[in-house]
Amino acid sequence: METGAVLEMRGICKYFPGVRALEQVDFTLREGEIHALMGENGAGKSTLIKVLTGVYPKDGGEIRLKGSDKPVHIRSPQEAQNMGISTVYQEITLCPNLTVAENMYIGRTKGPLTNWRKINNDAGKLLDSLGIPALPAQQLGSCSIAVQQMVAIARAVDMECKVLILDEPTSSLDEQEVEKLFKLMRDLKEKGVGIIFVTHFLEQVYEVCDRITVLRDGTLVGEYVIEDLPRVQLVSKMLGKDFDDMADIKSESDTDKIDYNSTPVYEAKKLAGTTGIKPFDFSIHKGEVNGFTGLLGSGRSECVRAIFGADKVSGGTVMMNGKKVKINKPLDAMKNGISYLPEDRKRDGIVGDLSVRDNIILALQVMKGFFRPFSRAQAEAFADEYIKLLSIKTASSETPIKSLSGGNQQKVILARWLLANPVYLILDEPTRGIDIGTKVEIQKLVLKLAAEGKSVTFISSEIDEMIRTCSRLVVMRDGKVVGELSGNDLNQNKIMATIAGGESK
Amino acid sequence: MSSNTNAAANIKAEKNLRKRAGLTDTNLLLIITIAVFVAMYALAVFLLGGGFTKPQTFFNILNENASLIVLSCGMSLVMITGGIDISVGQVTALVCMACAVYLDRDVLHPEEYAGNPGNVVTALLIALGIGLAFGLVQGFIVAYLNIQPFIVTLAGLFFAKGMTTIINATQFNVANEQFLKLKEKRITVPGMGANNKLGVYVPAYVEIGVIVAVAIVIILFILLRWTKLGRNFYAVGGNNQSANMLGINVRRTKFMAHLLCGLLAGIGGFVYFMHAGSGSPSHAGGAEMNAIASSIIGGTMLTGGVGNIAGTFFGVLSLSTIKNIVASLGLDEAWWTNITVALMLCIFLLLQSVILSRKHKAKK
Repeated sequence: METGAVLEMRGICKYFPGVRALEQVDFTLREGEIHALMGENGAGKSTLIKVLTGVYPKDGGEIRLKGSDKPVHIRSPQEAQNMGISTVYQEITLCPNLTVAENMYIGRTKGPLTNWRKINNDAGKLLDSLGIPALPAQQLGSCSIAVQQMVAIARAVDMECKVLILDEPTSSLDEQEVEKLFKLMRDLKEKGVGIIFVTHFLEQVYEVCDRITVLRDGTLVGEYVIEDLPRVQLVSKMLGKDFDDMADIKSESDTDKIDYNSTPVYEAKKLAGTTGIKPFDFSIHKGEVNGFTGLLGSGRSECVRAIFGADKVSGGTVMMNGKKVKINKPLDAMKNGISYLPEDRKRDGIVGDLSVRDNIILALQVMKGFFRPFSRAQAEAFADEYIKLLSIKTASSETPIKSLSGGNQQKVILARWLLANPVYLILDEPTRGIDIGTKVEIQKLVLKLAAEGKSVTFISSEIDEMIRTCSRLVVMRDGKVVGELSGNDLNQNKIMATIAGGESK
Repeated sequence: MSSNTNAAANIKAEKNLRKRAGLTDTNLLLIITIAVFVAMYALAVFLLGGGFTKPQTFFNILNENASLIVLSCGMSLVMITGGIDISVGQVTALVCMACAVYLDRDVLHPEEYAGNPGNVVTALLIALGIGLAFGLVQGFIVAYLNIQPFIVTLAGLFFAKGMTTIINATQFNVANEQFLKLKEKRITVPGMGANNKLGVYVPAYVEIGVIVAVAIVIILFILLRWTKLGRNFYAVGGNNQSANMLGINVRRTKFMAHLLCGLLAGIGGFVYFMHAGSGSPSHAGGAEMNAIASSIIGGTMLTGGVGNIAGTFFGVLSLSTIKNIVASLGLDEAWWTNITVALMLCIFLLLQSVILSRKHKAKK
């Protein structure tokens, strides 16, 4: 083992049916360092963590821990804990109804009885030494989320952990709480604990970490000392686009036609949601295609969900065609002619057991009211029209939607919203997980809709796709709008530089 | 000397810390429950005068409700883990019927058992066996086959009901002498008696069932407060996924809760039997609902993770005090009692949620 290392993973492989989740990944954690594990969705971060904590068995490679000569085999989270690998998850895995002290010691004390005085005293000492502002006898549920998170860390630390994994611990914390957490992390680092920090927040990585390991598509991109890796390089490594690659794809959409001086179809001022995004301004004109871009977790989906009223809106004004409107729930948005194709079509989009026809007319039916159903013939006509228009491959309009392929399901949902004849269509990752041919079809359709005078907001993880379809891009980072790009600025380098922020070397 | 003062200082510091830490939800609800009971009893004294100031009136409430106390304790255990057991009432009826038929076998089947009645110890074992069997099967299905406790225990309810009528379809009073002696046994409570109208001193008494119930309350209080198993009940009820991550065997914990609840239904059934002295398919009808109501009034939350056995005890007393008030006011019809209990449940739940939400808001 490398000197000073507490954990070495070498050549880790993990396969799921049809998917290569991890291929020959190396990871080294040294004593007293905070090591960021970065990568976009599907890069293999969580798979690597799960292999390390024994949730998944590995299909190849070896894991070595400091203090044992032989590679270790970790078969369950419990075993991982016993070996000194503790994990604190994004969701608090403590019991809110118990006291702070009890949460720190339950499940790991010896003997059949609870010695309240002892656990309260021990907990008090530990909380003091880590500077956690909680009282042992306090009910955990009465602490803030950040303190609960810290109590979870205190529990992990007290279990003599050598490796502490923090899996997205900051996503539900506010800035001050994050500061407190970072202080605790630095204290632990001083004590020689190796910390693996998984996060989407670039700023936080640069604030607290010593090293970064980047994964992409299940393979190792590299391990870097933080000073040697400027932000923009990190972003380009995560996205797998070379920063210097000047291959610039011209937008096919005819931006000249858009009259930017006209009243926007939709305009939001200081729109704020409760899902962790900062208030933002946003507008879209007739016939325009624009997009939200940013890394996963930067808040791009949250923004469009706020626009559609899918998440609770906490402030701001919304104007449609110059008139002030209130959009607090999806139905409000639909009545104002906004349609939203959600990111997670399995969860938010399709009703699996209903037929293709019923799925297509669903939105229109909701707007009409359930007590005035469409006649069979009418529904049939709508369904057939759109099945033909979007060339949806289905046996018949009676087929349950769940038996269709992903791309065709996506088209059915698109048909649903097109049928509602929206003036403003929001498409959140409409091309994820579908084949190239259908992707291109959907992109073409988006441009065609815009040419017909509809406004479209388009979100995709693939920058190429965004550049091809959008005439304007809103760039997000860590829940904030950090830039708006259009015209000649709409190229990969500029986008990546804006996503990365800070000084780009 | 100095270590002594040190220890004293430590204890003092700890007490201060506790004061600042505030009450846990469980303790807060316990205090409310006790306050409600005191208020209820004071209301009874106020409305109905002297009768309620006699200790024997209080003891009679205990005598009447010893079995409900035991059943409610079992219910609270299951509810704390986030489950429910609606079979306990019918299990009580089954226990009564089985014990009654066994004890009076010389009367029912003279050709076989003439002059050879059943004995009380075996009857008790039958009661415990029935309770354990229900707890074992229901617990296994709920915990290891992962089926909703409501459905499982609903099936248990029907099964127990069916079994009761299969054993004997009609009510009959037990004539077994050994049992009657036990049933009539009075335990005098010293110094609590009162003079009757003729000026004769009548000592206060409780039945054996009350001793059993109080013992169970004490045992379960200790179990929940200090033992690992008891604390695991709370953890599992608070959040069973978290409990799993904290290294608690969630399935075994749920299984144990149902097992104990079943066992307590057996004990509660026998206590009911000792009080009623008969077997009947309609015994303890709706007792499970009273047990749930008592647990809730006692500060146990249906969502799990919060509750206290002492609270349950006072919950039963509150419930029966209000029933006594209604009955003594001459509104002696079942629907009046039910409406009052319903109202009380509503008020109590409202009070609980208001207090808890205010407390949690204050913390934020």
